[in-house]
Amino acid sequence: MKTVRIGSGAGYSGDRIEPAVELAEKGDIHYLGFECLAERTIALAQQDKMKNPAAGYDPLLEPRMRAVLAVCRSNGIKIITNMGAANPTAAAARTAEIAHNLGIRGLRIAAVSGDDVLDVCRQGDFSFLEIEGRVSDLGNRVLSANAYLGAEPIAQALAAGADVVITGRVGDPALFLAPLIHEFGWAMDDWERLGKGTVVGHLLECAGQITGGYFADPGHKDIAGLARLGFPIAEVNQDGDLVITKVPGSGGAVTEATCKEQLLYEVHDPARYVQPDVVADFSQVTIREIGPDRVRLEGGRGKPRTGTLKVSVGYLDSYIGEGQLSYAGPGALDRGRLALDIVRERLKLTGVRTTETRFDLIGVDSLHGAGISQGREPYEVRIRVVGRTDSLAEAVRIGNEVETLYTNGPAGGGGAFKSAREVVAVASVLLPRDLATPAITYVEA
Amino acid sequence: MKLREIAHSRTGDKGNTSNISVIAYDQRHYPLLRREVTADRVKTLFSGIVHGGVVRYELPNIGALNFVMQQALGGGVTRSLALDAHGKGLSSALLDLEIDETDASEDA
Repeated sequence: MKTVRIGSGAGYSGDRIEPAVELAEKGDIHYLGFECLAERTIALAQQDKMKNPAAGYDPLLEPRMRAVLAVCRSNGIKIITNMGAANPTAAAARTAEIAHNLGIRGLRIAAVSGDDVLDVCRQGDFSFLEIEGRVSDLGNRVLSANAYLGAEPIAQALAAGADVVITGRVGDPALFLAPLIHEFGWAMDDWERLGKGTVVGHLLECAGQITGGYFADPGHKDIAGLARLGFPIAEVNQDGDLVITKVPGSGGAVTEATCKEQLLYEVHDPARYVQPDVVADFSQVTIREIGPDRVRLEGGRGKPRTGTLKVSVGYLDSYIGEGQLSYAGPGALDRGRLALDIVRERLKLTGVRTTETRFDLIGVDSLHGAGISQGREPYEVRIRVVGRTDSLAEAVRIGNEVETLYTNGPAGGGGAFKSAREVVAVASVLLPRDLATPAITYVEA
Repeated sequence: MKLREIAHSRTGDKGNTSNISVIAYDQRHYPLLRREVTADRVKTLFSGIVHGGVVRYELPNIGALNFVMQQALGGGVTRSLALDAHGKGLSSALLDLEIDETDASEDA
């Protein structure tokens, strides 16, 4: 039976580049997917595009493409990625230039767009799922609205002979489901197989998180070779049967435990994993190690897709100001607490208006609060004051008040850090499916 | 006994919702996990952090539980003031839970 081998070359925008090259050189793969688009990234990319119409794609598109285009071309590997972000057509044009500069000729590059539904969302009456209110309430603060498109336009581009497919927002698993639809001719209402293909995509989309990344816990869960972690390969057949493995000799490990953790990563109800193409059901999946770094997963299922697409709306939310400072040696904790009290009082005295604040002691209670953290005296402690404000100018003053502890605060405060930033936040709405129309354009190197 | 001795765990984030898997190293301990690691205990442990409901899903095939915690990430990953905005470290806190290791197989 025919088997398709798909590699995952990135689990987030800033991910390591060499593991993808290793996959292309030694992975014996047919497809290489790169998932690089976090929830907020597309809103930031949209801001870039507004300043420059040729911008708005992933900042690492160029180094990634330069690293893999030639080897993928010579090994017949097709590339699928959402590095198009807010501007897939510009990303495709840039990729064609890079290919040309590398001496590659005849490379067919597809750009999948149509996920931008900002106008529709601005004009319609769409309530947010996670926060109060509607899109229209935010007025000019709304920066972007992108629907999670499905695998179909990617599969269509592959059928039209694309060697590289660059998308904007699509469901992350769709990047890996699409080549299976294309290779095996799965119907778009074959819910069972689309569900199995979604298991494949879900397991691959975070790259190293299934090969030993985000896993090691010395003495309990040891993983060798994390500095040269190998990225995963899925071997899939016509029926959606799946084996996860990695390049022999690379670092990390594929075990039942790494696969179980990733199967449930960012999953809510495992029987209802809602994707644009299918509602996948992970609840009956079984996981069995069949060899070194080879794990078989069976039992993925699917149910009919819903009538809506999830849309990520990016909006200007607020500003955050922050300052940090360290104290060490005997009495460090008391001096840290004194320092926090001083900044708390200073923010009041000087009239810095915040809508939310945190006063943390890093090394003591910053991650999980005083309740869970044990009250043991650390050798060193780092104070962290952070607050939400309505203006950048006020956010700046928070870090300034921490910094002035150098000469005005407790003894021995060192290593001040301060920052102030604009916050672009993301919230979701559901859009009737027919209000987003995918479009495919092609460019050739 | 600490939960960490018999189970491993991973945290995931979506918006203001956090999910934590708790997975038995040995399938035989799954009944013990089911008995000991309840949604109520998880909600109590994280009472200072999680402000919404906690729902537990059971995956007997892989010996795992999945806890979904609403209003758990300081208003959402993209706007949170927290140092660990994704809540990546919540799984480590959960693994410190004390487990009553009395045989639970008959409860299965």
